[in-house]
Amino acid sequence: MSTAIADVHEAPAESRVNYLNATYGLKSWLLTLDHKRIALLYLGTITLTFVVGGLAAVLMRLNLIEPQGALVEPDTYNKLFSIHGIIMVFFFLVPSIPATLGNFLIPLMIGARDVAFPKLNLMSWYVFVTGAACVMYAVMTGGVDTGWTFYTPYSTSYAHTQVIAAAVGIFIAGFSSILTGLNFLVTIHKMRAPGMTWFRLPLFIWAMYATSLIFVLGTPVIAVTLLLLAAERLLHVGIFDPAIGGDPLLFQHLFWFYSHPAVYIMILPGMGVISELITAFSRKKIFGYSFVAFSSLGIAIISFVVWGHHMFVTGQSLYAGLVFSVLSFVVAIPSAVKVFNWTATLYKGSISYEAPMLYALGFIGLFTMGGLTGLFLASLATDVHLNGTYFIVAHFHYIMVGGAVMAYLGGIHYWWPKITGRLYPDLWARFAALIIFIGFNLTFFPQFMLGYLGMPRRYGIYPAEFQVLNVMSSAGASILAIGYVIPLIYFYWSWNYGPPAGPNPWGATGLEWTTASPPPTENFEQIPIVTEDAYNYPTADVASE
Amino acid sequence: MSGHTEHQEHTAHVVPISTYVGVFVVLLIGTALTTAVAYIDLGRWNTVVALVIAVTKMVFVILFFMHVKYNPGLTRIVIAGAFFWLGIMICFSMADELTRGWEYNPPGWSPGLILPYLFHFLF
Amino acid sequence: MSDTALHHPNPTGFAHQFEDLEQQHEAGRLGMWIFLATEILFFGGMFTSYTIYRALHLPSFIIGSHLLEVKFGATNTVVLICSSLTMALAIRAAQTGKSKSTIIFYLILTMFLGALFLGLKLRFEWYHDYVEHIVPGFGFQYRPEWGSAAPGVQMFMCFYFFMTGLHALHMIVGLGVLAVLVGMSARGRFTSQYYVPLEISGLYWHFVDIVWIFLFPLLYLIGGRYSGGGH
Repeated sequence: MSTAIADVHEAPAESRVNYLNATYGLKSWLLTLDHKRIALLYLGTITLTFVVGGLAAVLMRLNLIEPQGALVEPDTYNKLFSIHGIIMVFFFLVPSIPATLGNFLIPLMIGARDVAFPKLNLMSWYVFVTGAACVMYAVMTGGVDTGWTFYTPYSTSYAHTQVIAAAVGIFIAGFSSILTGLNFLVTIHKMRAPGMTWFRLPLFIWAMYATSLIFVLGTPVIAVTLLLLAAERLLHVGIFDPAIGGDPLLFQHLFWFYSHPAVYIMILPGMGVISELITAFSRKKIFGYSFVAFSSLGIAIISFVVWGHHMFVTGQSLYAGLVFSVLSFVVAIPSAVKVFNWTATLYKGSISYEAPMLYALGFIGLFTMGGLTGLFLASLATDVHLNGTYFIVAHFHYIMVGGAVMAYLGGIHYWWPKITGRLYPDLWARFAALIIFIGFNLTFFPQFMLGYLGMPRRYGIYPAEFQVLNVMSSAGASILAIGYVIPLIYFYWSWNYGPPAGPNPWGATGLEWTTASPPPTENFEQIPIVTEDAYNYPTADVASE
Repeated sequence: MSGHTEHQEHTAHVVPISTYVGVFVVLLIGTALTTAVAYIDLGRWNTVVALVIAVTKMVFVILFFMHVKYNPGLTRIVIAGAFFWLGIMICFSMADELTRGWEYNPPGWSPGLILPYLFHFLF
Repeated sequence: MSDTALHHPNPTGFAHQFEDLEQQHEAGRLGMWIFLATEILFFGGMFTSYTIYRALHLPSFIIGSHLLEVKFGATNTVVLICSSLTMALAIRAAQTGKSKSTIIFYLILTMFLGALFLGLKLRFEWYHDYVEHIVPGFGFQYRPEWGSAAPGVQMFMCFYFFMTGLHALHMIVGLGVLAVLVGMSARGRFTSQYYVPLEISGLYWHFVDIVWIFLFPLLYLIGGRYSGGGH
């Protein structure tokens, strides 16, 4: 960790002791109890998992350049999309914002010195790494080919791949989520600074609170489900086995009871980030604070009663399907509320277009597209046609990549100066954001068309008439990949050579910007006393504090 | 927390041993009752009685052994929330499993009947 | 304060991230309750599955339930209820400033009862079931008197072993936690001001008891034990 600050003509804050240079050595990092260091441990880990999951995607898109499969056999293709899904969902998206930005920012934003249970926090990271190692073992010793959804009876009775290892890896990583969610809930409830009432909290905290509710209520169910899956595979008999009266659909109910709320785990924190970015770069108070706050809770709660929309065509009863369909329309409402409020915040704001804002604006557009296409899928009749096709793949990638990943990158860029005390080159960052936006749309928009035209998902071969769209999608993927590599380069440069950032380079509101960059280990010299609402930007001119 | 002052808080409330023993006796009685009732033919109600007794025992353990009676507020919301969520999981899953065999239309109905019925109902 | 995991001797166990001891205790309690909420959902996955299959395959579940012996289920229920009492008394002993040997006495009693539960289950139930060939995956044998309901009987036994197995695993973890508490008591860590680890471990122990309170009627008493079958 470099501590050489090139030029200190500001207050000596930058050369003082901060959480990065307070102690040295591998042990001080591997045994840290500081939430900020744990956040960086997670950041490193999930960057690695993202590369692995991304590699699987690269191989898939290369294979799909030709209708008969250009690269791999169908059996191998099955393993590629399974590994891509498992790693991207459980080992990148679910922990991404919560474990990195959440861990780093929650205590800072609420004016606390750390999370409620720092040792549990560190343990969460070790548990996560163990789970990831288990899945990597599965990948390297034959892979998994059940899809990230592990549907029975294929996964329990017929697959000849490393299903148990993968299931165990996810099971273990689930505990990391549960403990993190628990930690965040207690921290937010019990450790807010004096004057920091619930309705003065930054909306990122509301979003993280809602996410933590889902962590805590949903993850245990996937844990027990995977346990039952592994047991059935081991014992050759179990509760999903039709030979003893079992119902394979029960697995799907239990699986999706978690996995649908899980997709909201993956997007809610991103929405929280966007609330922060939009206000900071419009220099304006959020429009409708309580609506945005309550919509986060609303999304978390309603997300638990819509899971059957993943099972419309798998044999679920029509009546259950009707109920789930109606509720799936309802769940879109709080998301729409947020989009309206962000847009209203932008209106008459003093907008600047730094990289974080580009990511935020991209999010609003792409998330809206992804969300609206979800409505086609929520409608029973259209879902019959679209289920199992590339339409679904495009739908969730618009939300997960166009939404969640862009929010993640926007957040990393926005808080990078706080985390590292360094500035990054914004011109390169804007360029990368643009490349990502273009690459993303070129990759996934053709997939909407492919899906509508009938190309099934999870297929490594396809009818020749789909080739043009597939090639477009693969070309987009290569552009997207370049877009993801560029930040790695300039962030590395910034970490080592970037100019020092002050405490508040963006002139934003929020307690995290009142302390030094990087913050001292104890976060604040003195615990702040909060007297203002969030996003208290001056309404008249641009100057701040 | 704003305005937080130190004071003797609720778990300083020491539960008398007699209360613990009383709850203990209630739990034993409940166990004996549920076992005994199993030997009586109440038809469907056997299950109901067993569950009512089990829930009662659970409530006693939660209120007294786990001190929730003396711990109002957030704790109760957490407990209620967890059970409510379990209820969601059970109810919605059952809603599917138990309605798989249902006819698409109730007997005697067809969608074409809706309109005349609506007219009759409204006018 | 230190950012390593080294433990500083600290009589009240005060952790620096909190403002005061009371905030820390409230946080600990809330944390344990949230953890128990996750456990409710964890066991809940199995209770959900159980509910569905019982509704769909009741005759098989009745046959399966009658394979279990009520006397062991009832005895074990009583054993656990006793252990909950002793656990509550252990916490109360610390709360009222009793000597550490009193606390340790109640903790060890609780551990004994927990171990008794596991011993009874292992020796008289599970081992017996194994010998009788009604353990799924370990030589399960259908019996002709089960008739067409036979496959569902194996399903019931799956639930019996998965649910009581998961419960037993939680008991074993509980015994480990109690052992740690005995060690802490012996070192004089608990006072009438600081007994939060005891309290939150007690919450966990009572939760495990509550799970059994439901498992007993749901597994052992399906369809009643009167002659003539049941509903």
